[in-house]
Amino acid sequence: MTQYGVVLFYTTSSVMRAEKLLKTEGHSIKLIPTPRQFSSDCGIALRFDWNYCEEIKLMLDEAKVEYANMHSLDT
Amino acid sequence: MTDVLEHAGGNPGRSGHRLSIAAARAVYDTREEIAHFFGVTDPMRVIFTSSATHAINLTLRGILKLGDHVVTSSIEHNAVMRPLRNLEKQNIRLSIVACAADGTLDVKDLIKVIDSNTRLVVMTHASNVVGTLLPIAEIASIAHQAGALLLVDAAQTAGALPMDIQAMGIDLLAFTGHKELQGPPGIGGLVIADDVDTTKIEPLMCGGTGSRSESEEQPNDLPDKFESGTANLVGIAGLGAGLKWVKDKAINEIREHMKELNQALLDGLSIIPRVKIYGTLDPERSVAIVSFTVTGKSVSEIALRLDEEYGVLSRVGLHCTPAAHKTLGTFPEGTVRLAPGIFTTVSDIQEATQAVAKVIKS
Repeated sequence: MTQYGVVLFYTTSSVMRAEKLLKTEGHSIKLIPTPRQFSSDCGIALRFDWNYCEEIKLMLDEAKVEYANMHSLDT
Repeated sequence: MTDVLEHAGGNPGRSGHRLSIAAARAVYDTREEIAHFFGVTDPMRVIFTSSATHAINLTLRGILKLGDHVVTSSIEHNAVMRPLRNLEKQNIRLSIVACAADGTLDVKDLIKVIDSNTRLVVMTHASNVVGTLLPIAEIASIAHQAGALLLVDAAQTAGALPMDIQAMGIDLLAFTGHKELQGPPGIGGLVIADDVDTTKIEPLMCGGTGSRSESEEQPNDLPDKFESGTANLVGIAGLGAGLKWVKDKAINEIREHMKELNQALLDGLSIIPRVKIYGTLDPERSVAIVSFTVTGKSVSEIALRLDEEYGVLSRVGLHCTPAAHKTLGTFPEGTVRLAPGIFTTVSDIQEATQAVAKVIKS
C-alpha cells in the first residue's frame, strides 16, 4: 500500500502553483480537502507519495513555492 | 467563460471538491499568464479586482497615510482624480503636474513638485481622450530618486503596447480586462512589482479568503491579503482567454496595426475643413485614440448623426476626465472621440472619416 504524505499551504494560489510544478515534473499527486487533524490554513492540500518527500520538498523550495508544512498520512 | 461555468462552477479556493479545484486552477492559470505578460516573476503579485478603478483605489488608500504627499498629472481619468480629491480632504497633500495642450508631460515639471514627503506618484500611461503617452520610465526614475513609489494607470495601454514593468520601473500597475486585453467587463487587476514591500499596503477590503480560516485577522499572504470575497471566476476565465488571444496575435503586431489605424484616422480627419484634432498627432507617441471638435457644430449632434446615419460609434463629452479636457482647452464642451479596436480595418477608418466629412457638410 502506498504511504502518502500531504503538503499544507497558506493559500489556494500556492496549491495551484505547486500542483502545476509537480505535475509538469511527472509526480503522481492529488489535491484533496485538507485532513482536519492538520488544523490548517487553506482548504486544499496536496497529497503525494511519501517516498518522494525529500524530492518534492526540494522542488518546492527551489521554485520558491510557499507552503506551511508537510506531514505523513497514517492510513 | 462558458466552459468554466459548465465544467468548473465551484468557488475557487473554498473547497477541496473537484469543481472548486477546477475553478481555482482557472484563476491561477490566468494569474500566471498576467504575471508573465507584465514581466513579474511571482504570480502571487497579481491581484484580481473588479476594475482598474478598484485597483487604483486599493493602491491609493492602501499606501497613503495622513500627511503624505502624492503627485499626479493633469490628464488623469476620474478613476485617479476622484479618489485623490477624496483623500485630499483626509489631509493627504496633492500636487498635479500640468501637461501641455497636446497632453505631453515634461518631467522637469515633475521634479519641481516632488519632495521627500512624496510617498506615491500616480500617472496614467496614456490619455483616455487623446491617447498621448507619458514618459513612464523617466517618471519612474524621478519617483524612485525621491523615495516614492510609482502607480501606473494602464487602462488604455495594457494589451496595446509591449510592457515590462521591471524594465519600465513601474512599482504598481492597474489594468482593466475589458479594453485591449480583450476580456469581459467587470474584471481588472493590480500587478505589484517583485521588490515592492506589500506589508506596507493596507487591504481595501477584509474578509474571507479560503486561507488561514482559523484566524479572524486578515492574512498577509499574497494574493489573499487583497482578494477577500468570492472571486469573479467567469471574468477571470474570460480575461485569461482574451490575454491568450493577445499573446497569440503578438503584442508588437497589435501595436503596428493600431499605429496604422491611428495614422489613417489622423490623415482622414485632418483634410476635413473646420475639424480640429487634439493630442500629439503622432502615432509613435500615442495609442490609437483620437479626439476632435468641429467649429460651429456641437459634439453631441455629430455623434448622434454618425451613429444613426452611418453606424459610426463614438463617445462625446468629457470622457470622465474634466482635468484632461481643461488641459486640452476643450472644457466644458468636450470632444468627439474615435477609438478603433484591434478588429477595425483601415477601410473602416476611411468610411468613418468620410462619414464625419458628410455630417459636417450638411
